[in-house]
Amino acid sequence: MSESIYYFLQQIANGLTIGSTYALIAIGYTMVYGIIGMINFAHGEVYMIGTYVAFIALAGLSMLGIDNPFLLIGIALAVSIVVASAYGFSIERVAYRPLRSSKRLIALISAIGMSIFLQNYIRLAQGSRDIAMPSMIKGGFLFGSPEGSHIMISYMQVIIMVTTVLCMVGLTLFITRSRMGRACRACAQDIGMTNLLGINSNNVIAVTFIIGASLAAVAGMLLGLYYGVVNPYIGFIAGLKAFTAAVLGGIGSIPGAMLGGLILGVSESLTGGYLTAEYKDVVAFSLLILILLFMPQGILGKPEVEKI
Amino acid sequence: MSRVTSAFVAALITLILGGFLLGLSLTSEGINLVVGPSTPGKITFLFVGVAIVFVLQYFREHVGRFTTHMRSDQRMELPSFLRSSQQQRIWTMFVIIGLLLFPFLSSRGAVDIATLTLIYVMLGLGLNVVVGLAGLLDLGYVGFYAVGAYTYALLNMYFGVSFWVALPIAGGLAALFGFLLGFPVLRLRGDYLAIVTLGFGEIIRILLNNWTDLTGGPNGIARIPKPTLFGLEFSRRPSEEGATTFHEFFGISYSSEYKVIFLYLMALLLVLLTVYVIRRLIRMPIGRAWEALREDEIACRALGLNPTMIKLGAFTIGASFAGFAGSFFAARQGFISPESFTFIESAIILAIVVLGGMGSQLGVILAAIAMTVLPELAREFDEYRMLLFGLMMVLMMIWRPQGLLPMKRPHMELKRD
Repeated sequence: MSESIYYFLQQIANGLTIGSTYALIAIGYTMVYGIIGMINFAHGEVYMIGTYVAFIALAGLSMLGIDNPFLLIGIALAVSIVVASAYGFSIERVAYRPLRSSKRLIALISAIGMSIFLQNYIRLAQGSRDIAMPSMIKGGFLFGSPEGSHIMISYMQVIIMVTTVLCMVGLTLFITRSRMGRACRACAQDIGMTNLLGINSNNVIAVTFIIGASLAAVAGMLLGLYYGVVNPYIGFIAGLKAFTAAVLGGIGSIPGAMLGGLILGVSESLTGGYLTAEYKDVVAFSLLILILLFMPQGILGKPEVEKI
Repeated sequence: MSRVTSAFVAALITLILGGFLLGLSLTSEGINLVVGPSTPGKITFLFVGVAIVFVLQYFREHVGRFTTHMRSDQRMELPSFLRSSQQQRIWTMFVIIGLLLFPFLSSRGAVDIATLTLIYVMLGLGLNVVVGLAGLLDLGYVGFYAVGAYTYALLNMYFGVSFWVALPIAGGLAALFGFLLGFPVLRLRGDYLAIVTLGFGEIIRILLNNWTDLTGGPNGIARIPKPTLFGLEFSRRPSEEGATTFHEFFGISYSSEYKVIFLYLMALLLVLLTVYVIRRLIRMPIGRAWEALREDEIACRALGLNPTMIKLGAFTIGASFAGFAGSFFAARQGFISPESFTFIESAIILAIVVLGGMGSQLGVILAAIAMTVLPELAREFDEYRMLLFGLMMVLMMIWRPQGLLPMKRPHMELKRD
């Protein structure tokens, strides 16, 4: 195979890695949107908080003398999920629940306020400088000749993709098989009716926020280890991209969010690899604008009907 | 759950929320990451926060009563002496005269802050048309502000265009951008529109940052000349051979204060014009259509209004004010870079509109003054500014979504006697 094909495949692999983390974050947007119809603008900040907590847990555990990387990552992941879920739950309780019956604009402004608040809270608590993490998992699989053209897929990339797939499978099982998952789907269809049938929709909404936040924490930890750096401002761009992914796949649809994340990740990686790296973010935003204009229902979403 | 348990659970959750992020701090030591207890101040803050949550949750019913009271509190309205239009006119005259005299009576620093405040007043008023009146959430407003600022800076750098020529061009170009962006996106529903405008603002910033050949990239553009008064410069020496400066023309000694005062008066003039134009617009059919559309789009369509065109009007007019404000900002600063046009700036302007009461001009003006003057007065408060802005936006939406000084609908009143 020629050099250019290897290069192409490498870009695809990198894109799938980033894309699967976008997909994890996008699920939080899409589930919340599906049920209460609002954009949880502060979701990106939960992802950022997840990364911080994971880094704190990793540093703390390795200071305690644990050096098995899998144990380290496992415990840190659990801690990060717990704290991020607490954030997801509290954000909904404090900033969104009192506004459930208000206009969409009001809830969105509240969400933006929450996002600014969280970003600055972390800035004040942990400082605004980049915090770097030495890479814990080194090495990877090499395809092709080591000297000549080859594709390198690091173990970290493999871990990211495997974890994402596991999370997606788990989520799908939860949504399709469990009682709570059925309640979630019922709420997405008709919240008022669900309440009448004896399901407490407040609990369902709280669970939705907790699931979204947990997946964001998983993404935060994985991307944190992949890039090895965190600062209080990463949530904003990551949140926007994940939202783009959710819209691309069709907001409200969980498989759509997964698909959208992967497509966005790959297209970004290809732009970075072939066109220009500086305008990578422009690609995501332009894609968002174009989808909203020409295909607002996304790839797997249902067209929205305006009811009078 | 009893009150004690629920208060206890809430306090525990707060401890989880804050414990890791406030109680512990990450630092890099060499290549390793080290975690340790954070400063005593932060830890005290954490426990005070937990205690407050416990108490609030315990007395939840009382707090709830207070918030419902806040929501419907009618006391925060215009005082009665401002109600009738004749008295309003007299008071407005007094305020304008006071503002005109202000720079001659106060220090140079105060005038400088006042000029900055006036820029924010203008931005707030412009965004108020879009968000407050037409009910379109524009999160990329700073993009138009950037267009205005860069229009003047670039026209001046490449073609030597003076400020007064560039000002209308900047407003027009920003309006054109608003029109071009608005035309396709205004058919979208409210929250999608917010995200698209946010994306647009970011695209403008990234373009300015990366198009180094044209805009100087992150280094920005420096030495943008200040405005002149009918060709009279405010510098010590004229920049070109043969030109006269302000102090030479009037035969007075040079003082750098003239320039500051001149800039203030110019900003004041621009703000007064903005207030006047928007005041007239609100009373025109299009202004009424904006509000009608904000309240019920379907009803408007049924009445034969074209929602897209009306929204486009609001969007374009709002953008043009940002353009004017931007070019004035560039002239005042003398230096601009993409750093000045981040999302945070959009959020600050939005916070001004939200605090003031969406749609209310007086409210927005007062909010802009509060938001810019308070951080200047208390420097140590500056660090917490954005934190408090965010918190305020959430609390305002919960307690008083109509803002502190909600807009009173213009209405006719019968003369009493």
